[in-house]
Amino acid sequence: MNQPTPSGGSRNVQMARSMCWHCQSEVAGEYFCERCVKVQPVSKETDYFTCLGLPRRLTIDPAVLEAKYYERSRAFHPDFYLNKTEAEQAISLDNAATLNTAYRTLRDPVQRAEYLLDLEAGSVKTIRTSPPADLFEEILELQDTLDAYRAGDHSSETGRRLRARLEAERGALERRQAEMEDELQKLFVEWDALQDRGEADGHARMERDRLLRRMREILSNRTYVKNIVNDLVETIG
Amino acid sequence: MARIVGIDLGTTNSLVAYMDKGVPRVIPGADGRTMVPSVVAMTDHGLLVGDEAKDHLLRSPDRTVYSIKRFMGKSLADVQGELAYFPYTLTEQGGVIRIKLNGKTYSPPQISAMILKELKRRAEAYLEEDITKAVITVPAYFNDSQRQATKDAGLIAGLEVLRIINEPTAASLAYGLQEKTQGTIAVYDFGGGTFDISILKLKQGIFEVLATNGDTHLGGDDIDRRIADLLLDEIRSAYDLDLGLYPDHMQALRLEAERAKIRLSDELKTLLTVELPDGRGRFTRELTRDQLESLVADIIERTLAPCRSALKDAGLTTEHIDEVVLVGGSTRMPLVRRRVQELFGKQPHCHLNPDEVVALGAAVQADILSGGTTDMLLLDVTPLSLGIETMGGVMSCLIPRNTTIPANAKEMFTTYADGQTGVDIHILQGERELAKDNRSLARFRLKVPPLPAGVPRIEVTFLIDANGILHVTAKDMRTGRQQSIEVKPSYGLSETEVERMIEESFKFAKEDVASRKLIEARLDAGSLLTATEKSLSEGGHLVPDDVRTAVRAAVSALASAKEGDDVRAIRTRMAELEQTAKPLSVALMDDSLKRGLEGKKLSDVT
Ligand SMILES: Nc1ncnc2c1ncn2[C@@H]1O[C@H](COP(=O)(O)OP(=O)(O)OP(=O)(O)O)[C@@H](O)[C@H]1O
Ligand SMILES: [Mg+2]
Repeated sequence: MNQPTPSGGSRNVQMARSMCWHCQSEVAGEYFCERCVKVQPVSKETDYFTCLGLPRRLTIDPAVLEAKYYERSRAFHPDFYLNKTEAEQAISLDNAATLNTAYRTLRDPVQRAEYLLDLEAGSVKTIRTSPPADLFEEILELQDTLDAYRAGDHSSETGRRLRARLEAERGALERRQAEMEDELQKLFVEWDALQDRGEADGHARMERDRLLRRMREILSNRTYVKNIVNDLVETIG
Repeated sequence: MARIVGIDLGTTNSLVAYMDKGVPRVIPGADGRTMVPSVVAMTDHGLLVGDEAKDHLLRSPDRTVYSIKRFMGKSLADVQGELAYFPYTLTEQGGVIRIKLNGKTYSPPQISAMILKELKRRAEAYLEEDITKAVITVPAYFNDSQRQATKDAGLIAGLEVLRIINEPTAASLAYGLQEKTQGTIAVYDFGGGTFDISILKLKQGIFEVLATNGDTHLGGDDIDRRIADLLLDEIRSAYDLDLGLYPDHMQALRLEAERAKIRLSDELKTLLTVELPDGRGRFTRELTRDQLESLVADIIERTLAPCRSALKDAGLTTEHIDEVVLVGGSTRMPLVRRRVQELFGKQPHCHLNPDEVVALGAAVQADILSGGTTDMLLLDVTPLSLGIETMGGVMSCLIPRNTTIPANAKEMFTTYADGQTGVDIHILQGERELAKDNRSLARFRLKVPPLPAGVPRIEVTFLIDANGILHVTAKDMRTGRQQSIEVKPSYGLSETEVERMIEESFKFAKEDVASRKLIEARLDAGSLLTATEKSLSEGGHLVPDDVRTAVRAAVSALASAKEGDDVRAIRTRMAELEQTAKPLSVALMDDSLKRGLEGKKLSDVT
């Protein structure tokens, strides 16, 4: 089994050194006791990256993630515990459920980033979750235009004018979406590079906070933009 | 570990299969047939299941149950629309449908248990060992209540149900084992009562379900009804006759409609014939394949929307699908194949026996569970979103549909008022916004220690196990104490009720054996009678008159014993007949030998 790679974060979760529930020998993050080979519960403190045996990074090769998930499913799935003790069956069930949640979360890049931000949240408390004023204004205005268009006669002069405006807005918003995705990708790469360097000085800490804050910002803006674009697509096709 | 069999408990047909040195095989009955019609008849001579029960559909329609699967996990209100199609009386008790037969009431799991017992017996006779463990399949789109009802049926039949598995995924296991392919497949399962679509990724022995969708109330039954309704209308206007008032004729009409439908899968036109009551003659009508297709086009159409939703949920388009696998008897319809081909843009895979593949897959899963097959693993999903009712009657989702199972979700609960000692929780399943539009699974009251409002912290864990069945546990975060929860299912048998039914079913087991012996004796008597009649007509002239008369007497004695319920009388009359007819068979033998010596072959003479 892969050992989790420690990340530079201050709230880095260490696998608790603990005892095998069955034979009381020491287990340190392994999923099977070395002495009695009984399955060990995935601890509540284990983060999803660790659960899948991956370093806490934002860029993950989907093929590697899938391979890890399949490998661990083969280790934990209740199908393979039917003739084991009840205690082992219960652990396998919980472990498999946790593993499935971990995989689902990390498979999607956005969910993965959001999850990581939550893990690292301790040091970025000041992160704002409402959209910046200009975006907020823009969305409100667009919502009004949408309402007017929906209520009015589509073939009238005003209807056509409103539609043209909505189409232009949609184009602009979609470009903005693409920009956000690009920037997010760049931030992911920067974040991972910072983690790889493993520095812990003041400069690294500042850089870390900056990246986290910016990612949080984009992720929340992205949600607002995505919702309004969905509305637009639904109305004007 | 004791052997685990795989069972496909179908709406129309059920099968049992086992794993024979790495190859799944369906277990045939004494007659060599592998499918047991899912029909149960309560006759005066006891319980009949399968082909024998099917004969009773016409003779005693009010005591013969078919398509029971449509009622599993349902309340009376759920099936209101189709009550007219069933000849027996339905009531409801505790949110569970009850069927009145011969003055007794049965729940759907009890009826299903009778079918399961027949399969169990079949497997025991064939494998010559006791069978107590099984994997049973259900439609992928079955909700929690329907799954639980299936599990109850297993218990009542004396089977430990080690796993409930989804029919299309079972099919994919059999497919994967046989074809050894990798890639993304769509399993389109259109049977007698249900429709399922599942999208799976097959890779290195892992069968990962990406999405599933379906309709648990859509199948060949609905096509038969459409044809039957057409004929009902025509008979009504031609004869001013409502056939609906004659249950036995309705059954005959339904069966004729089904047979015509099946014929039209191979032929372009067919003739339907229905006997009318009170000696009013018979109604005949030609039906062409084209007519059938336009009659049921909308039913087939209804299978396509779930396919599109499943693809969307899997994040795929039809180009990503490497193969479409057809399962279920209704996929033999040319129209179904055409529509599937149009939707997916490729010729579907038809090399598997659509009747058997689900049972075969269940046997594969059984082998995985018993540790025989170690390189295959099925990762299935929950078909419906799970949630709880929140303020304002809105459903708040805890586990979204198509989440890989086992899956869990934790929710923290607290109180709104000082000293409040309980929180009511209502669990729901479904995709709708409002609680009332979704399926109510269960309600329970969370016990809370009397404390100021907001202070108690109770963590509730909702766990969907690998069977797709929900388990709920609660933990008081302040004390760390686990709380046991008494969950009352909204539509299902209570534990005590299931226990009572298990006991009852053991009591009935004795009667069942008795009626089985009777059936066998009658079958044996029937073949002896036929054989004797044949000998009499071929060789009657070879024996003296008194022998002929004695044989005739013994024949009629056996024939009348066969009508009765006394197994020993039947067996005794059979022995007497065999004894009396001995001179006749000896004479026949001599005669054929003589002819042989004369250089003629027996086959030339007869
Ligand atoms: N050649 C055929 N053409 C059309 N329909 C057919 C043909 N053969 C069988 N059927 C129909 O297939 C249905 C039975 O299929 P199957 O045995 O797969 O269903 P089941 O497994 O019992 O039901 P379910 O899976 O829905 O619970 C019946 O409605 C039957 O009329
Ligand atoms: Mg079926």
